Amino acid sequence: MARSLPLPAGAGMARMLVERNYRSFRRTWTVLVSGFFEPVFFLFSMGVGIGALVGDVEVGVGRTVPYAVFVAPALLAASAMNGAVFDSTTNVFFKLKYARLYDSVLATPLGPRDVAVGEITWALLRGLVYSGAFLVVAALAGAVTTWTALLAVPAATLIGWAFASIGMATTTYMRSWADFDFVQLAILPMFLFSATFYPLSTYPPALQWVVQATPLYHGVAMVRDLMLGTVDQGILVHVAYLAAMGAIGTVWTSRRIASLLLR
Amino acid sequence: MAAEPLPAGDPAEPLISARGLVKTFGDFTAVDAIDVDVRPGEAFGFLGPNGAGKSSTMKMIGCVSPPSAGSLRIMGLDPATHGPAIRARLGVVPQRDTLDEELTVEENIWVYGRYFGLSRSEVRRRAAELLEFAQLAERSRSVVEPLSGGMKRRLTIARALVNQPRILLLDEPTTGLDPQARHVLWDRLFRLKREGVTLVLTTHYMDEAEQLCDRLVVMDHGRIVAEGSPRSLIEEHSTREVLELRFDSDDHREHLAAVDGVADRVEVLPDRLLLYTADGESAQAELGRRGVEPLSSLVRRSTLEDVFLHLTGRTLVD
Repeated sequence: MARSLPLPAGAGMARMLVERNYRSFRRTWTVLVSGFFEPVFFLFSMGVGIGALVGDVEVGVGRTVPYAVFVAPALLAASAMNGAVFDSTTNVFFKLKYARLYDSVLATPLGPRDVAVGEITWALLRGLVYSGAFLVVAALAGAVTTWTALLAVPAATLIGWAFASIGMATTTYMRSWADFDFVQLAILPMFLFSATFYPLSTYPPALQWVVQATPLYHGVAMVRDLMLGTVDQGILVHVAYLAAMGAIGTVWTSRRIASLLLR
Repeated sequence: MAAEPLPAGDPAEPLISARGLVKTFGDFTAVDAIDVDVRPGEAFGFLGPNGAGKSSTMKMIGCVSPPSAGSLRIMGLDPATHGPAIRARLGVVPQRDTLDEELTVEENIWVYGRYFGLSRSEVRRRAAELLEFAQLAERSRSVVEPLSGGMKRRLTIARALVNQPRILLLDEPTTGLDPQARHVLWDRLFRLKREGVTLVLTTHYMDEAEQLCDRLVVMDHGRIVAEGSPRSLIEEHSTREVLELRFDSDDHREHLAAVDGVADRVEVLPDRLLLYTADGESAQAELGRRGVEPLSSLVRRSTLEDVFLHLTGRTLVD
């Protein structure tokens, strides 16, 4: 019966799994450090270092900003993605295959939907912590210029949801740790080519379409609009893209957990 | 006054009731149309060799595996529609410990209790009691990983009790434990039974089944091949006594003719003959009169193991 329903059962208790993860995390919080420093290092090497060579970047009709201001939003979006993907792939795989955490969770009133929502929530929270901390550093470095930049925090949550949910769904297909190379193969090009380090207009028109089809492009463009204060209706497209990705990933993950563990 | 009675309120009603219960995986039929009733307060066992369908049955009862056909009611509820409500009243001790190794002993119980929606203060209170019960109180702040097999098993049981279940499901509870640890565990399970918890367990240890179970079914190839109390199963499927004879010979079949007619049934093993008979000493005397002289001759009572091997065969099942 569960197979014919679009969304498998849950008891609305996903928060208990988040609480469990928090309890476990309190002993291993140091892993957060590397995820925080990565974008900060990029900000200083790219934004400040290379930025000195690049000069200003045109971000609208007749408006230019320093390169660091241009690149900071992209790094924030990427750190939300990285945090969410790391937790929803590596950590979830370990819990699924080795710790068998979800086998014991599903013996309680919690259902597969609770497992999916709980883990995805936890992963996006991690992305949120990274991007929030990065925003503070970027502001201190003078790369934040407008108050709408504060909206980058909920935006990062949305990016985290989109990537965590697809990341976890993908993880349910992984057979061994070797398969995680494919995750890197997807993440790295997105990080480099999603109009992260230079404007979309750099690409020829055909390639622009390809870039615009990828999720991180929408994350970068959304956060950049917010941090540069260039918000218009176009941002709704980015929000819709990422929200759809999050919703599809969450349903997909729930169904995969059900078909893997409730056989 | 007009309050609707809970479905499981009637003590005469079986707590678990299966009719024609089937579980298939593709072409393979793991559970083949079994009928089972488990009554409140009893200890009920599923016996069988590996691959007999015990664990598949337990998973269906635990509402983590949908039945392929037939009907299943647990506390009067249908797992297909009331899975979370049923699981809220079940305790599950899986075959393999699935403790949360990233947490401490007490945190394992706290977190598990939270999955049942218990408040933080309530899970702390219950964890203290349960760790006392599981004789793990002094290890409550230890991480799980260095605990011995017996301790982990007791912790798994303590964890399964955090929601004060009506039914405790134990899948091979003492497999892999040393004799001391098994006896400690059996003692804990007896206490639970006295407190009115219904125990449902699978095992392939006959001594465990005889120790713990009021009633049991023997499963083989997905079917139930016998059902009853340990004593009634022995009476029904074996004789009261068994005479074991060893001869100085490579093939004990050579001696079949010599013992013909002495016992109800004779079984040939590589190293001995088993003569199933109501009166072992008379059989011994008869063999003496015939001049049969085995190397050793031993009369013992029939055990559940004799029943089990008789019903499920001596061929190794993998």
